[in-house]
Formats: sequence, C-alpha cells, structure tokens
Amino acid sequence: MPTAIKSKDFVISLKGIRNQFGDHILHDHLDLDIRKGEVLGVVGGSGTGKSVLMRTIIGLNQKAAGSIKILKQDVDQVSQAELRALRQRMGVLFQDGALFSSLTVSQNIEAVINEHTKLPKQFVREIAALKIVLAGLPIEAGDKYPSELSGGMRKRAGIARALALDPDILFLDEPTAGLDPIGAAQFDALIAKLQDTLGLTVVMITHDLDSLHAICNRIGVLLDKKIKVGTISELSKEPDPWIKEYFGGPRGRAATRSHA
Amino acid sequence: MTSPEIKFSSDKTTLTCFLSGSWTTQKLASVITQISSSKNSNEAGVDNAVRVFDLKAVEIMDTAGALYFLQYKEGIEGTGGKTSLKSVPKHVRQILDTVQKHRIKECPPENSLVGLKKLLTDTGESFFKTITQVQELVAFLGLVLVAFARQMTNPKRIRWTPLVAQMEQIGIHALPIVGLISFLIGVVLAFQGAGQLERFGAQIFTINLVAVGVLREMGILLTAIIVAGRSGSAFTAQLGTMKVNEEIDAMRTIGLDPIDVLVLPRILGLMLVLPLLTFYADIMGILGGAAMTMLTLDLSFYQYIRYLQDAASLGDFWVGIIKAPIFAFIIALIGCHEGLQVSRSAESVGRQTTRSVVEAIFFVIVLDALLSILFSVMGI
Repeated sequence: MPTAIKSKDFVISLKGIRNQFGDHILHDHLDLDIRKGEVLGVVGGSGTGKSVLMRTIIGLNQKAAGSIKILKQDVDQVSQAELRALRQRMGVLFQDGALFSSLTVSQNIEAVINEHTKLPKQFVREIAALKIVLAGLPIEAGDKYPSELSGGMRKRAGIARALALDPDILFLDEPTAGLDPIGAAQFDALIAKLQDTLGLTVVMITHDLDSLHAICNRIGVLLDKKIKVGTISELSKEPDPWIKEYFGGPRGRAATRSHA
Repeated sequence: MTSPEIKFSSDKTTLTCFLSGSWTTQKLASVITQISSSKNSNEAGVDNAVRVFDLKAVEIMDTAGALYFLQYKEGIEGTGGKTSLKSVPKHVRQILDTVQKHRIKECPPENSLVGLKKLLTDTGESFFKTITQVQELVAFLGLVLVAFARQMTNPKRIRWTPLVAQMEQIGIHALPIVGLISFLIGVVLAFQGAGQLERFGAQIFTINLVAVGVLREMGILLTAIIVAGRSGSAFTAQLGTMKVNEEIDAMRTIGLDPIDVLVLPRILGLMLVLPLLTFYADIMGILGGAAMTMLTLDLSFYQYIRYLQDAASLGDFWVGIIKAPIFAFIIALIGCHEGLQVSRSAESVGRQTTRSVVEAIFFVIVLDALLSILFSVMGI
C-alpha cells in the first residue's frame, strides 16, 4: 500500500470553497491541499458532490465562494491567457472517456496537440502513437473510432487524450467503474505506472475499494459539506459512522485484508 | 519556463551539443525549426565526429520533447554518426527511458486514399450501401405488412392509446404551420398567376390556377413535406433514442413486438391524419387564393366561390387526397425504419434523422411525379 507523501509542495490548494445550487449547499468552507506527486482518492456517498468538487477545480463549475490555487496561482487573479495555460497543465478523464465521436482515437489526441502547438504533422502523429502505447492500447487502436472500442479501451483512449499535452495533474472520474476486476486491476496498475514514470499528481474519484488500497497515497472523504483527508489507516480510526461503515463494512474489510 | 535550445561546440574529435530549457510540447516548435535549419550549416564538416549530448541544463523534458530528442539522436546514428549522452538529470533520464520503452519505431501512416482512387472507392462504397439500404427497407416493408395483416385480422391487437396519441401529435399540433404555409402558397399562386394571365386579359382564370394547383398538387405536396420534416424526423429520433437506451431490446425480452407497439401506431396514425391535414391545407390554400384574387381582381367572396365551382371539379380534389395515405405510408415507413437502424451511439441518432427526412422528401416528390404521369395517362 502506498504511503502518504509528506511534502508541503501543494499543486492544488482549496480554501473555504462553497458550492451551491439554488438553496442547496453542497460544499461549505471546504479546504483541501493536494500534494505534488501523490495519488488522492476522493470518496463520498451519492449526492455529496464528488464530481462537482472535481468540476470546480477544473473550472467547469463556478464556485460560490472561496479561493482555488493551482500550481501556486490563484485562478481568480490570473489573466485569461494564464488561466488557459494552467488548464493545459491539467488532464481530465471523464467517466466514459468523452472522446470526440467523429474523430479516431489518434485524431482525438492530435486535435489537442495541434490546437496548442505548431509542430510538424507527422511528429504530432508520432506523439499520439506514443500516448496510445503509454495508455496501454495496441497501436492499431489509433485508427479506430470511439464507437468501435470496448468500455475499457475507451477509458484508456480517454487517458491517452488527457495526457496529450503532458499535464502535471491528472483528474480521473471513476476510472474503474464498469470494468471487470481484471481490467480494473490493470487500470490501477496503469495509473500507478503513469504517475510514477511521468511524475503526475493524480486526483481520482472512485468507489473501488481495491483502487483506494492499491494506488492511493491519501483518501479524501466528502462529509458534512467538507472533505476529510488522511491515509486509510488514519481514516479507519475516525469515529464518524459513514467512514466506519465505508472502511469497516464487509467490502471494506475484504479489501483491507487482501492488501494487508 | 525558457524555450528549449540546442547549442553546438566542436573540437577535433567531438561535437558537443548542449541542450537547455524546457523541452515541452508547447515550446518544442522553436527547437524543431532551429535544428532543421542548422542541419545544413553548423554540422557540415563534422559528420564523422562523435556527438556528445550534454543534458545538464534541461529544466523539464516531457514525452514529446523526449520523443523528438530520441528521433534526432537516432537520425544521426542512422547516417553512421556516433553519439553519447552526458550528465543526464534523473528526471530526464526517467522520461527518456519511458519514452524509449513505449515508442513505436515506425508509426503507421494514416490510411487515407487520395484523388481518383478515393473518388472511385467512395463511389463504389456508397453504391453498395444504397443497395443494402433498399434491401433493408424492402425487408422492413414486409415485416410491417405482415404485422399489419395480423392486426387487421385480430383488431384486439391494435394499440388504440398510442395510435390516438400519435394522431394528436402528428395532426392537431401541425395545424398552425400547415395552415399558414398553405394560405401563403395560395396567396403567392394567385398573385403570380394574376400577373401573367393579365397579359391575355384572362385574369379570371387565376381562380382556375389556384384551385387546380392547390387541390391537385400544392396542398398535398406541401403538407407531406412539412409532415416529413416534422413527424418523420420525430419518429426517427424517438425510435433511435429508444434504441440507444436499449428500450427496444427490453421490449423484445418482455414479449412486446416493437413493430406492433411502436411502428404500426405511427404508420396508421399518419395514414389517417395526413388526408385530413391535406383537406385542411386545401381549404387554407383556396382561402389564401381568395384573399389575393379579391384584392387584385376586385371580386367579392361569393363571386370567387361561384367561379371556383366552375373551375375545379371533385376529381381535382380526389386526385390530391388520394395521394395522402400513400405519402403518409412512405414517410412513416422511412421514419421508423431509419429510427430502428440507429446503432448504439447518440451521434447516429442525428445522422439517421437527417437521412430519414431527406429520403422521405425525395420519395414523396418522385412518387408525386410518377402519379402525375399516371393520372395524365389515365386522363383524370
């Protein structure tokens, strides 16, 4: 089991975040620091706003209050151009890949690179091929359309696109949902490998207890509109009933045993 | 972050290349230009020297930077040059190793055809696609006819609720648009007709033009085209969405035949409603003609009606109306068929919907032309 990274080098800092939809307050006074090079798993019951939190960090959701610092820059104080540059340093894998369906996998990746650089076409294609292989897909998958891929392959293709510009931070929304246990374990291994070789910081929303045990340095639990962060062993000692049930329930115990 | 750079310094036996800056995807373009332009100048005359790459000053190298560097290095080795690396920082070493392990040496070119070959291939493909589509449509027609016969012999199987719901959706909700367009077409016909016929002093025949034009052709044709755009597309989108959501498969597993439940109510509903809509369109067209004729010819409404009785026969009316159920059948058949052809992606719903409307309007107009010829041969 990976251990917590102790560094004080924060790539993302949230302070006093509030998210609300109408009268419904989802997050309030939420603070979160994400350390450079760690894999942070985000868990929480349905409706606690895991995806909303992720979308808030990426900038797809407008927060009601609070401040967000990404790579030490406050997103509310930087210019549009700087914000765009910051966005390029974050890669996102949406739940079902969210690949552009009218483009092949390779074109999906090339489109991102071509949009932001002026590199020769053949070289861009070679970068795309590299990303496809890095994501664990056979090179032939590059010329296929997303609809021709299985769910697991679509997720890998989504990772390949998320890596197109070599981001520093990778966000994953339920990366192992809908995969069989073997596929899920391979996907965990892929994330761990990418994190290690490319020096990524990974934030993943997941409900897969095996993933939490296998690759996450720390876990953030969304609870009472805030997030509680710690390693699994730290969280297991929390008195909160939801956390107790989560890690101490039959599935949680089984996962702990198999990764002990 | 500084731009990536490569500097050369040479002595007798070695050419040292100092790499510096951030070798990242965004910045890489400048160094590529630098290297490709320096190929001819800086390196001339030192082709046999050993090249030492000094990577000490590299701040960041990402996968694209590493890939380019490795390709550059190999390009030199490929022409017989010797290379070596010097003082590689740990993080650069790691990325170089990762990229070296995963890269594809020969990236397959994009399989794209060009020019005449592409034209021929595309023509052939679309030709065979059209043939399969026609085959599938005919097969679907058979399925529908069998289901129709089954329902007619056993009227209990008719689904009345969806039938009536469809008739409301297709018919009543289309009244405003059909009425407005028919009225305006009546106005336009009368206006243009009066202008031309005035030269012969035969302005009064404007009424004939409007009556025959609207009753025989314009009423039904416009109504059919509006309905194809409004309801034919809706059929495709509805059935297509159900197909994407696996609702149609679910229906089959609980023993419901989608043809019975979804397709027949739509086809029957449209066949019942389109003649009524056409009748309504005829009236609105004639009223539009009346409005314009009364203005330009200075007739009263009663005079207009009086002339109308001489101008148009009941036969003209039936020629128009008789086409309605035929067009309705074609529009609904194509709409439902294209809906069921949707594959399991949202994108194909849009594609099939477009195709459904285009096909339906195409068939309606072709059939209308054929029927016109048939009627004129029959002397109706």
